[in-house]
Amino acid sequence: MKSKLVIDAKGIYYRDLNERIRQAVKEGVKEFELLNVSGQRYIGTALDGEIKFLIHGVAGQDTAAFMRGPYMRIEGNAQDGLGNTMDDGFVSCTGMAGDVMGYAMRGGQIHIHGDVGYRVGIHMKAYKDKLPVIVIGGKAGDFLGEYMAGGVIILLGLFSQDKDAPIAGRSLATGMHGGTIYVREYVPEYQLADNLLVEKADDEDRKLIEKYVRRFCEEFDEDIAKILDTDFLRIKPKSHRPYGKLYVG
Amino acid sequence: MNNGCLSITEYKRKIFATKSYLREKDISGCGLFGVIHRKREKLSGQIAIDAIAVQHDRGNGLGGGFAAYGIYPELANQYALHLMCDDQTALDRAQEIIKQYFVMHLSEPIPTRKTSGVINPPVLWRIFVHPRLDRPAWVHLNDDDYVVAVVMLVNKQVPGAYIFSSGKNMGAFKGVGFPEDIGDFFRLDEYKGYIWTAHNRFPTNTPGWWGGAHPFTLLEWSIVHNGEISSYGINSRYLCQHDYECTLMTDTEVVAYLLDLLIRKHGLSKQMASKVFAPPFWDEIERMDEEEKEAYTALRMVYGSALLNGPFAILFSDGKSLTGLNDRIKLRPLIVAEKDELVFMASEDCSIRSVCPEPDKLWAPKAGEPVIVEVEG
Repeated sequence: MKSKLVIDAKGIYYRDLNERIRQAVKEGVKEFELLNVSGQRYIGTALDGEIKFLIHGVAGQDTAAFMRGPYMRIEGNAQDGLGNTMDDGFVSCTGMAGDVMGYAMRGGQIHIHGDVGYRVGIHMKAYKDKLPVIVIGGKAGDFLGEYMAGGVIILLGLFSQDKDAPIAGRSLATGMHGGTIYVREYVPEYQLADNLLVEKADDEDRKLIEKYVRRFCEEFDEDIAKILDTDFLRIKPKSHRPYGKLYVG
Repeated sequence: MNNGCLSITEYKRKIFATKSYLREKDISGCGLFGVIHRKREKLSGQIAIDAIAVQHDRGNGLGGGFAAYGIYPELANQYALHLMCDDQTALDRAQEIIKQYFVMHLSEPIPTRKTSGVINPPVLWRIFVHPRLDRPAWVHLNDDDYVVAVVMLVNKQVPGAYIFSSGKNMGAFKGVGFPEDIGDFFRLDEYKGYIWTAHNRFPTNTPGWWGGAHPFTLLEWSIVHNGEISSYGINSRYLCQHDYECTLMTDTEVVAYLLDLLIRKHGLSKQMASKVFAPPFWDEIERMDEEEKEAYTALRMVYGSALLNGPFAILFSDGKSLTGLNDRIKLRPLIVAEKDELVFMASEDCSIRSVCPEPDKLWAPKAGEPVIVEVEG
């Protein structure tokens, strides 16, 4: 068995495609290149360990869901639910990604070069040494970091298709009770939810931002100096139980 | 019918035995596709079939359908009535009523081919008509309103028959099955249109039946919908005051009638009607300049009962345009792409790329912001 497998996914039903991948993983294949992917769902779901994926086309719903370890690069766009409950590993996407990306993500990194949809990073969480990180090169839709419980989202707003849109949509970090969102430069205050602490990122923060933005730049061949030449805002929750008294009294 | 779906007679018995305010609505999770050529160049129905087939898993085989515009150029001045009937008797009864109200130009079966994915279809018939000079009723109505009145009459009075399409130079084709099978069944590869919409249905709350598939149409209006209209109750009561009776047990029906009421009858623009369906939040209105603030406040006050609550992505057309709209917090997906004079709209990126691999531009529209594409001339 060769260690690399190239599959032309054109016209292959998602179940058959995933079956072939899982079978090949069992047989020891460590590297996959998938051509002409057209919305097939669940690619890489729950795969464990050191496996590499290069995907050309449009990755379907819940790509890299529950993934634990593999490296995945998507040359094209990703549809909704990318990295759903992802546990570990690395995902990058050269285009844009859809809604609820990184839903309940608990480890690993997702880097998107362009724009992302709504509710990205919803209910992300961190635990002990697990720290999920999302870096967004473009702009985000409404409800970024909704109910966020842990981890890091870095929003750059630089590589967007939409020049006129604000860097993040409305209701940013609604119900956030853990983790940190960093926004490059500025976000209008009316886009933010209540009960948030918004401050300028300090030196410690900038070290962390630099670490992940460096990886972003390696992945997409961008200039790190240009990205870091300005201030970042740090958004954190005021309380880890924002709704503790919602139904009391 | 024996494949778990209701016949038209069974369905109507069920719905008319229920008080209108107790009628249930349907919930569905669904796939959408639409395409428009700005210069009215015609495209084969195969494009719509291929693009919706890519979204196969967004449906469960209980409903597929298409709307096509520009398909009857030789009879473009006649209203094209598409009927589905349980049997010949039901069709005869419907035809009797239609004859009383209309001059019939052509009456023929809708061409179909046998396909394994479509089981026990009803009798499918089309009649091209225009209103009689000596109308037996509704003499004061304009032609369009007269057609609406007769469509509602047939749908209410003939137990086994249902008119599911009534516009000029357009038609809806729908039924129980996956959309790719329904498209094949109706031989849509043989039709050419400058606007196509397609729908893949995933009903969850009510039995599948042929009339319950999307699109829903009235005159030239057609709509396909993914989501759930939670405001169905208030919307349908509002429509009832304006003589539209909701009889299909499917929430999308209210959108078809609201479009007709707001745009055709009240003269609102598509942009304004979209803002009635998905209005800006009050805090957004607060930040607008005076003139806009006044306009949006008025729109929300006057048309509060036409606001669509709940998750939705819809595509609708009037034969001159195609509009895509999301609910205002984007609870359903919608992607739009452009390639020269063509504009595509779909639930999934891959669906568009399956028929247009390299669009000039592809994006996800903002929640509540309609994308309105008009044909020229």
